[in-house]
Amino acid sequence: MSSQITVRIDGVLCTATEGETIFEVAEANGKHIPSLCHMEGVSSAGSCRLCLVEVAGIDRLLPACTTPAQRGMAVTTTSDRLSSHRRLALELMFVERNHICAVCVSNGHCELQALAQSLGVTHVRYPYNSPRLSVDVSHPRFVLDHNRCILCSRCVRVCDEIEGAHVWDIGGRGIGSRVVADLDRPWGESQACTACGKCVQVCPTGALVEKGYAVEEMTRSKAAIARLAVKKGATP
Amino acid sequence: MKKARLATAWLDGCSGCHMSLLDIDEALAVVAPQIDLLYGPLVDAQEFPQDIDVAIVEGAVSSHDDLEKIRLIRRNSRILVALGDCAVTGNVPAMRNSIAVKTILERVYIEGADIDKGVPTEVVPTLLKQALPLHDVVKVDLHVPGCPPSARMILFVLKELLEGRIPDLKSSARFG
Ligand code: SF4
Ligand code: SF4
Ligand code: SF4
Ligand code: FES
Repeated sequence: MSSQITVRIDGVLCTATEGETIFEVAEANGKHIPSLCHMEGVSSAGSCRLCLVEVAGIDRLLPACTTPAQRGMAVTTTSDRLSSHRRLALELMFVERNHICAVCVSNGHCELQALAQSLGVTHVRYPYNSPRLSVDVSHPRFVLDHNRCILCSRCVRVCDEIEGAHVWDIGGRGIGSRVVADLDRPWGESQACTACGKCVQVCPTGALVEKGYAVEEMTRSKAAIARLAVKKGATP
Repeated sequence: MKKARLATAWLDGCSGCHMSLLDIDEALAVVAPQIDLLYGPLVDAQEFPQDIDVAIVEGAVSSHDDLEKIRLIRRNSRILVALGDCAVTGNVPAMRNSIAVKTILERVYIEGADIDKGVPTEVVPTLLKQALPLHDVVKVDLHVPGCPPSARMILFVLKELLEGRIPDLKSSARFG
């Protein structure tokens, strides 16, 4: 039996079950923490750093989606320091690849774009990287556009943990990291892909899309996949 | 009340942001008496004037000509507004940024041409290596993202600026 604990989130006493993450406790208590790589129903990756929070007594900022809530913890989810770190994290995502929202299939339905708006990123202070990146159109139904991938790894986790196909991995290192299918072959040649489209449904940006959609047309149903995941009890 | 000295400029953009500015429709009549529009695609002036209160600039900095213009605009203006994604992020003009200029020019003017093949060397301004957001080359006082920013947003920006305030667009303005 896991035991009940209490933690303070932005000054409010919240009850939590031992083992729950700060993110889960916050959500359960109606506190919204910005997030991007996190997805309900699959394991947490802690890669995007949008969900950083302050914990009393700890100098560094901690990702709420991977940090377990502990008895007596005092968590702050909003502050100038957090906002500036979150904005920085977003700006670096925009800098890293090529996000031209005006001509993107996901324009208006993109989690990265929406977060930039809600967190007040009106411009990016750093020079753009402008890398030359490929677009994989080898799959009969779907497209992978590396220009818009933020390496959140939702596709990796959903395909592995929900579909059980484990097509995706993140290959390479650092700035050269890329999402790869079947240990790095064109997606269309993947032996493991069942063409279920779950990865496409959960991608937060315009990186994974269905063929045949024009600018602004790509909408998704992440919630449906999350419900499926929760039912399946996939979170390890 | 003294009228605000306003200028607009069109660098590497599609003119859509200027169209959106005109889209404030009847509100133009409200704004017009408060400004002197001294330069821009809507005005017949050859030289960018001195002593501008607010300069509103559309488009990325893509050529040596753009670079000279934006530096002059900055020198002569108290408040410089980057209007629209091209001015704010580079946007569509920046889609060439990962390709060498020579490769693009040859693709367009030689491979892509049916007659008069050859890269022009006169009249057309020479391209910079990359199309840049304004703030990469000059100080920008206000960023108004959007492709184009809505007429409503532009009107709000104008009204605020005319009241002597720099508007806070955080959480209201969006890329794309
Ligand atoms: S993926 Fe999102 S942020 Fe990137 S270009 Fe598309 S709409 Fe913009
Ligand atoms: S379509 Fe399904 S099986 Fe194929 S990569 Fe995506 S999630 Fe995996
Ligand atoms: S393809 Fe989409 S879901 Fe996969 S890592 Fe990139 S942004 Fe995330
Ligand atoms: S949501 Fe926690 S690190 Fe991405």
